[in-house]
Amino acid sequence: MPLDRDQVIHIAALARIGISGAEIDAYAGQLSGIIDQFEVLNELDTTGVEPTGHAGELRAVMRDDTPAESLPPDDALSNAPRREGQFFRVKAVLDE
Amino acid sequence: MEYETVIGLEVHVQLQTQSKMFCACRADYQSAPVNSRVCPVCLGLPGALPVINARAVEYTIMTGLALNCSIPRLTKFDRKNYPYPDLMKGYQISQYDLPIAVDGRLEIGDGGEGRVIGVRRVHLEEDVAKMQHFPDGRGGNGGYSLVDVNRSGVPLMEVVSEPDMRSAEEARAYLMTLHSLLQYLGVSTGNMQDGSFRCDANISLRPAGSDEFGTRTEIKNMNSFRSVFQALNFEVGRQRRVLEDGGRVVQETRGWLEGRAVTVSQRSKEEAHDYRYFPEPDLPPLDIAPDWVEQIRGRLPELAPERCARFCRDYGLPLYDARLLTASKAMADYYERAAGMHPAAGTARESHAKQVSNWMLSDLARLLNLENRDIADSPVSPEHLVELIGLVDAGTVSVTLGKTVLEEVYASGAAPRRIVEERGYTQISDTAAVEPSVREALDANPRAVADYLGGKDSAAKFLVGQVMKLTRGQAKPDLVNQLVTGALERRKNEGNGAADSANQSKGAGAD
Repeated sequence: MPLDRDQVIHIAALARIGISGAEIDAYAGQLSGIIDQFEVLNELDTTGVEPTGHAGELRAVMRDDTPAESLPPDDALSNAPRREGQFFRVKAVLDE
Repeated sequence: MEYETVIGLEVHVQLQTQSKMFCACRADYQSAPVNSRVCPVCLGLPGALPVINARAVEYTIMTGLALNCSIPRLTKFDRKNYPYPDLMKGYQISQYDLPIAVDGRLEIGDGGEGRVIGVRRVHLEEDVAKMQHFPDGRGGNGGYSLVDVNRSGVPLMEVVSEPDMRSAEEARAYLMTLHSLLQYLGVSTGNMQDGSFRCDANISLRPAGSDEFGTRTEIKNMNSFRSVFQALNFEVGRQRRVLEDGGRVVQETRGWLEGRAVTVSQRSKEEAHDYRYFPEPDLPPLDIAPDWVEQIRGRLPELAPERCARFCRDYGLPLYDARLLTASKAMADYYERAAGMHPAAGTARESHAKQVSNWMLSDLARLLNLENRDIADSPVSPEHLVELIGLVDAGTVSVTLGKTVLEEVYASGAAPRRIVEERGYTQISDTAAVEPSVREALDANPRAVADYLGGKDSAAKFLVGQVMKLTRGQAKPDLVNQLVTGALERRKNEGNGAADSANQSKGAGAD
């Protein structure tokens, strides 16, 4: 199932990745290839197999509601490209 | 054309757990220093793995049970993808198709005529980080935003109603009932101002009698019961005008602007709603054991309807009082403490219980409402109130003076008995102590006296008021009444000459 250019532009916008004209065509080809791989899975006969959201057998893994120490704020901020005081600073988000 | 309003509500509730939804950071972010309640999990650092907080699941099951939901055996979490800096991971862990609780109902309104609103689902997710926006920048840097991650990962329960409400009034009643229920359950503070209880509404109009839904809008940014009510009423009017002008309602998100009292379009790009949900690979599905559910059911506290019935039964209260007193848990708790205390000597238990209700629902409620203060923060404690009722019952202060004492207890937090003593507020029930004031009032108001002698009985009331004023409200009203009437009658019998001359002056002192 080949992806067209508009779909690639849409996906890039969702992921907030800027791509140029030539890249659109390149990614269209590569993404189509990935989707074709999934088409291979569709060839399996899954009649009578219950759908699952998870491949593992684990169930009901929970922890008690016990608080523990958090990171010191300076450690938390240590890899931030930009900070202001103890805040993370990011580019303006204007659409909300 | 007649239109019918259709409203459904989505309520987000922060759960009162000790730790966050998927990590052990403390959940009490409200007063914490910026970015001090964060760890690799809630910061979304690569490789960090979430683990489900059992207490949050328990609270959600408890809420579901109180809303008459069924609790399916299998539930799971899903990823809701959207790129916004309040989500550190680029997705929110939420629940899509298998929520913890489904198919419930909530009865709103007063008992007999209550309406039942369907509850579609109750699910669990994580709250997001708090942003501050500086669109125009500061110091010539261009626009930017600041992020405090403390709130990110706080357990957030979402209660989604069916589109069963037919007016803004019903929507408000549903919200208030749900809010009260959550406080009874003790699962959330329910504080709307600080965002612990947030509401979005879907609203549409359709021709009366139609079964199909009209195009809806989603209303956001309402942070009080009052703003929900106003915003929905505004939106009903707006949609009606659009339809009556032959237009079509646009499906969109609209924000309520409290200051301007209007909703405005917040339309963002279509793809913003392309959430691409998929099962959360980092969390195995949850198998909710039926005996766990039954354990939780067994721990459900007494809720408002049962408590209301018990108040009628145990305290002999009228249904009206019991409903008002049990509308909030804090109010009901306050009442039980006060009503359960030993009444003043000679007062029957039921009479005491009714007096507590009267004081709470009238004078104390008025004082609290003036300041928009919750009864849980009342400066007048239940002990104070019972002490005051005892002073009134014993005749130490009159009811009128009691109201003044209540105001002073409210303002100072001091005990009623101390206020009465310090201010010399004791009721004068001694004839000899009141008589000088009666003479003074009669002498100072010859016109009123003349009016009475001329046959205008109501003039006596005015003079009684004057005596009460002179005694600073401390004289026993029935005693004053008796003394004033006695004094007037004596004057009437003493000499008609004086009365006649005074009569001609056409006094109007009683007015």
